[in-house]
Amino acid sequence: MANDHIDITVEPGEVHALLGENGAGKSTLMNQLYGLLQPDEGQIVVNGEPVVFKSPRDAIAAGIGMVHQHFMLVPVFTVAENIALGAEEVRGGPLGWLDRRRSRRDVLETSKKYGLPVDPDALIEDLPVGAQQRVEIVKALTREVDLLILDEPTAVLTPQETEELLAVMRSLTAMGKSIVFITHKLKEVKAIADRITVVRRGRIVGTASPDTSEDELAALMVGRAVSLEVQKAPAEPGAAVLKIDGLVVDDDRGVRAVDGVDLEVRAGEVLGIAGVQGNGQTELVEAVMGLRAARAGSVKLEDDDLVGLSTKRILRSGVGYVPEDRSHDGVVKEFSVAENLILDMYDRAPYGNAFAINGSTVTVNAEERISQFDIRCQSPETAVGTLSGGNQQKVVVAREMSRPLRLFIASQPTRGVDVGSIEFIHSRIIHERDQGTAVLVVSSELDEVVGLADRIAVMYRGRILAIVSPDTPREELGLLMAGITGATAEGEK
Amino acid sequence: MSTATVEDLAEVTAPEPFWTRYRRLGLALILLGGLAAVVFGALATSEDARFTLTENAEGAALAIDGRFGAVLFGVLTVAAGGALFAGVLKRHANVWLSLGILTFVLSFLCWQVAGEFMPLVDTTDGTLQLALPLILGALAGVLGERSGVVNVAIEGQFLMGAFAGALVGTMAGSVWAGLISAAVGGVIIAAILAVLSIRYLVDQTVVGMVLNLFALGITGFLYERLMQPNAQTYNQPPQMPEWRVPGLADIPVVGPVLFEANLLVWLALGLVIVIHFGLSRTRWGLRTRAVGEHPTAADTVGIRVRGLRYLNVLLGGVVAGIGGAYFTLVATGSFTKNMTAGAGFIALAALIFGRFTPIGAFGAALFFGFAQKLATYLSAIDSPVPSQFLNMLPYLATLIAVAGLVGRVRGPAASGQPYIKS
Repeated sequence: MANDHIDITVEPGEVHALLGENGAGKSTLMNQLYGLLQPDEGQIVVNGEPVVFKSPRDAIAAGIGMVHQHFMLVPVFTVAENIALGAEEVRGGPLGWLDRRRSRRDVLETSKKYGLPVDPDALIEDLPVGAQQRVEIVKALTREVDLLILDEPTAVLTPQETEELLAVMRSLTAMGKSIVFITHKLKEVKAIADRITVVRRGRIVGTASPDTSEDELAALMVGRAVSLEVQKAPAEPGAAVLKIDGLVVDDDRGVRAVDGVDLEVRAGEVLGIAGVQGNGQTELVEAVMGLRAARAGSVKLEDDDLVGLSTKRILRSGVGYVPEDRSHDGVVKEFSVAENLILDMYDRAPYGNAFAINGSTVTVNAEERISQFDIRCQSPETAVGTLSGGNQQKVVVAREMSRPLRLFIASQPTRGVDVGSIEFIHSRIIHERDQGTAVLVVSSELDEVVGLADRIAVMYRGRILAIVSPDTPREELGLLMAGITGATAEGEK
Repeated sequence: MSTATVEDLAEVTAPEPFWTRYRRLGLALILLGGLAAVVFGALATSEDARFTLTENAEGAALAIDGRFGAVLFGVLTVAAGGALFAGVLKRHANVWLSLGILTFVLSFLCWQVAGEFMPLVDTTDGTLQLALPLILGALAGVLGERSGVVNVAIEGQFLMGAFAGALVGTMAGSVWAGLISAAVGGVIIAAILAVLSIRYLVDQTVVGMVLNLFALGITGFLYERLMQPNAQTYNQPPQMPEWRVPGLADIPVVGPVLFEANLLVWLALGLVIVIHFGLSRTRWGLRTRAVGEHPTAADTVGIRVRGLRYLNVLLGGVVAGIGGAYFTLVATGSFTKNMTAGAGFIALAALIFGRFTPIGAFGAALFFGFAQKLATYLSAIDSPVPSQFLNMLPYLATLIAVAGLVGRVRGPAASGQPYIKS
């Protein structure tokens, strides 16, 4: 059950924050309000009238709009086409001939009315995410909604873009619109919400006012006191373990994604790569892991050249790797926990040889890892796909930390992971660092990078703009993530 | 407010890679043209190649010295390729591409026809007739693909259409009843495809292949058991009449091909235009494309994704079924077992080669039709080029297109993926 007897009221002109961890049931709740899912029990009342939404069409008609976490825009369509879709202006009666001029004009009118600049003729796939989000908001507003649901809208934005979005939200509520703001980020909730409802495991566990402290909100959200800071001693870096020189990598479309990156990760330190998603971090890590061809440059693990080696050999030369897309690249969902824990060593003693797998050692290993890494599962034979995101990630981390490591690379190590598991994974990463392993962490969550890293490299459009200390003010890091250098020169190494 | 706005980011677009699709195509044309000028030019005899406007060697004709023509058109191909490569008039790159292909074909023809004659009317007419089922089949594919359903069952729809057209046409004694039944036959296959792939989420390619085998089996069985013993009652459908548009039919070459023709010719050409404008300019088209590219986005604005997919696949069934009618009501006077002989797969190839667009598919279908016509012509004049080579062309061209050698063919993003509400 994703939602269990939830009552929630949204007043006109307010920002109502729905706070909860990933998987708490926030999106499920809102998808019912938007007609994408139908509730088994209970009712929805709009302006005093009970309503039943069979599809989003009904919800839109009742004045409810939604901006989804993953944008609902057709990449090969123009902005105007996307906004018109489903509510097209047509001529010629039953022929349904599109009136493109009127669609364009409607877009420009709404855009002007609410101060949200969009270019009606631009193709969605050419726009940066911030602009795509504006298109989504304009799309909802042209349908004259009174209530706007924003599902994790800041997940893909730079800190500056987030500020802009919050300003837009304020001006919308000033015009009498109501907003439901779904998020798990405490700072933003405190900055914008008029009222906060906290959801945990499908139930409402409390309401709070915006002046509640972050620690209290976090405790409410998780169900126990949590430490938001990563506990760690100062790093004692040794010699450079990973040396990247002039690395150039193309993305799937053949467009340059990594454009001459030089980077060094030393033993016993965490190097964090900060940056808005899609600035080449993915391709950089894939190139280091041998998953993507490097166009130029060198990658060295101490004295061994990694370029051109197979991923298997790179892993076995002492590199641990937590991929960013856990369900595709991290685990085999249909396989058991025990099998997933030896995916990297299935053909090596003691787990197996070239012909067979030794079942008993695999089980023994699994039991050991399960207790060591606090993996919550019924048995080692449970299919990994049935575990929660946090426990799946612990399986990946446990597997990758089970080999002797020289370098540990974690991409988005806590994406879609509950707060309790985040704490645990972070502490394991710091533990690995303290053993003298070089650690490279890539994350689009700035808090995570700042919390874990001893040095932060900010990546923007395929280049490392600067390497700064984690004490650098947020504002400055945000500017760097948006590609603006200047005041940071003294922080550079 | 901060200084970093999204506009700053939007201005800088990713640098265009040097080897664009048109650069590669341009280079391919330059190489082909050079090859044509040298090889065809060297092999061609210095006799007149006559392209006659009548059916025989006499009468009005366009004539050119074979060797001179082969070299000339080869050089023109190189020029078109060069223009494409250098990016001259970039907006009309497709015109250069078409010119390049056309001149290459002409160069080849000059070599082959030198000392012989080629009747233009017959060639054009034959090309169009052979292309007819391919056009209709590929259009059926376009309808399915653009809404996100892969239709590899075009062959099965052809067979079913051809069979139903022959059977009902004969029994009712009316070619129009046959035509309508052919459409129904196509729809039956399309309906099974739609229900299994949209409702029951079965892999669309697998369903399509199974349906092809099913259509082959059932029509083959009924042919042997029902039609063969009683051909007069079940398998002698009336043929589609040729209609002549007075005046227009007297235009040389074009007239007899387009304006003294059967209904299918006009239907096919009309459908190309209707589907082209329908997809690009109407509400139905916008929604269809949205459903094929990003069904969830379409769902969130209240579009019924599955409903629209059903509609399009069934419409495709109508079009492919009519394509099947060509085989029994136009080309030959009766149904025979497996008479489509892979035409559905060539239609599929035309669909992919034509980049999933109606106009592109039409062009590809014409090209493949021409290749088939040329194959029969070459064997008639005892050409040293084996006709099997030309019959292979559609598959070769598709292989090149799919392999991405001349720029990747990007189909609709959600094509082949069932839509499951989360």
